[in-house]
Amino acid sequence: MRGKAIKLGDDINTDLVIAGRYKFRSVTIEDMAKHIFEDLDPTLAARIKPGDIIVAGKNFGCGSSREQAPRVMVTAGISAVIAKSFARIFFRNSINVGLPAIAVDPTFIDSTSDGDILEINLKESTVKNVTKGLVTNFKPFPPQLMEIIEAGGLVPYVKKKGTLL
Amino acid sequence: MATAAEKMLAKASDTKRVDPGEFVVANVDFVFAHDGTAPLMIDVINEFQVKTLKLASKSALFIDHAAPSPSVQSSILHKKMREFAAKHGIRLFEAGEGICHQVVMDHGFAKPGNIVVGADSHTTIHGAVGAFAVGVGSTDAAFALASGKLWFKVPESIKITLKGKLAPGVLSKDIALALLKELGTDGANYMAIEYHDELSPKLSTSSRATISNLSAEMGAKAGVFPAEPFIPDNGANYIKEIDLDCSILEPLIAKPPLPSNVVPVSELEDMEVDEVFIGSCTNGRLEDLEIAARILKGKHVKEDVRCIVIPASKNVYIRALEKGIIETLAKAGCTIGPPTCGPCVGAHMGLLGPEEVAVSTANRNFTGRMGDPTAKIFLASPATAAATALEGRIADPRRYMEG
Repeated sequence: MRGKAIKLGDDINTDLVIAGRYKFRSVTIEDMAKHIFEDLDPTLAARIKPGDIIVAGKNFGCGSSREQAPRVMVTAGISAVIAKSFARIFFRNSINVGLPAIAVDPTFIDSTSDGDILEINLKESTVKNVTKGLVTNFKPFPPQLMEIIEAGGLVPYVKKKGTLL
Repeated sequence: MATAAEKMLAKASDTKRVDPGEFVVANVDFVFAHDGTAPLMIDVINEFQVKTLKLASKSALFIDHAAPSPSVQSSILHKKMREFAAKHGIRLFEAGEGICHQVVMDHGFAKPGNIVVGADSHTTIHGAVGAFAVGVGSTDAAFALASGKLWFKVPESIKITLKGKLAPGVLSKDIALALLKELGTDGANYMAIEYHDELSPKLSTSSRATISNLSAEMGAKAGVFPAEPFIPDNGANYIKEIDLDCSILEPLIAKPPLPSNVVPVSELEDMEVDEVFIGSCTNGRLEDLEIAARILKGKHVKEDVRCIVIPASKNVYIRALEKGIIETLAKAGCTIGPPTCGPCVGAHMGLLGPEEVAVSTANRNFTGRMGDPTAKIFLASPATAAATALEGRIADPRRYMEG
């Protein structure tokens, strides 16, 4: 995965990813995705390009359990999120919808600027900041989670396996 | 030596003991979703292509977030839920029955020791009756409904002991806000909180529900008041232990944009407000409306302030009607809404305009949560909210608690 960093702060909650008011004004994820990050920065949606990587501080995805949050991120073309830490429900949802959510060394996050080019290698558990010439290793995903990520989410994983359990 | 959470997860995964960090596949006792999460859950179930849903008889769907429907789009989502529920024989609670969590409590769907999975972050509330109740997203809820099971990482536990005696005008919401201040928004991330109620008198289940509910805002996976037979062992391992002397607590309030930005109400007493909201799964129960009515009885909400009161369920509404609480609140100038999440999720019924200020008894003061992103939301107890409605500015409820 290679993409441009979109740098965000700490405690970015799922209301900021997609405001609750749009959940009940939109029928499809595509409709909702037009309003991604609107309350955080109304200009952000237009700047997101396919492959971009969200770079956030601590506790990314806290708050509401809305799975629409990682789904609108996938729909908007975001390829992964790296953060100092993740809120637990967002982490599960993200893996379930095939969006890699990777907790990395806080100093790597602090050293990364908006617009830097990043490369993520899931197999080798590394994130590279190409612009700054930095590399960090992250704790590998447990094998079962890795299988779900590689399948592209829980639904394709279950389909591939042919059974739920 | 096991914590309450470890005991419940061990039983649910048919094993003698589990340790923090271990992954288990647990049997789920009850699963539910609402109109904010069920439509996606239904899509996922359809994509799983399963014929039967293992947990259909131990599940429920709730139309509560945008209820009654404020838009054609949400009506389409509600229709989809009704059709799905009818097809699979799943119980559906219609718009007006109330907020999922309160209806689950009213019906006793969550029992001590149960593994409860809800497609809503505040599912932690059912820890108030001793359940291991976990908020998840739509895909996890779909998996649990279809298979009857879900994987969990066994959490570390934090032990919080509540001691002393609450002063008049200080409520369980203030205990939860004090803990949010202490733990922050991620102080319990991935962990189970185990609450030990040594207060005199002990908290009611409703008061405990407020604390278990707000455990989600501390990042917790569960917020459990242990109940028989899932009582933690002496010598169980905790990652952290906190003793809170509740005798010294005063009314607290969380400033935007985080529920952990907690200060004493007395620090903000000059702040004028446009709206007061008393309701939500956090504080829309009978005892919450009762204390608001006690403060507002025979008086009137300040001119130019909108005070919106929304009972958390039809059951709460009817009991409040029978006790004259609704009449007191309505005469005091409150607007009474039908049981729903209301403005808390920003869907309808009292949304805030630009720069407006609200005091809410709900759970989140995030930017844009209740309407315009420039509006400011302050979180407080129903007593503080009622005193604020009277004065039109943030107000300490203790001066209304004499006698």
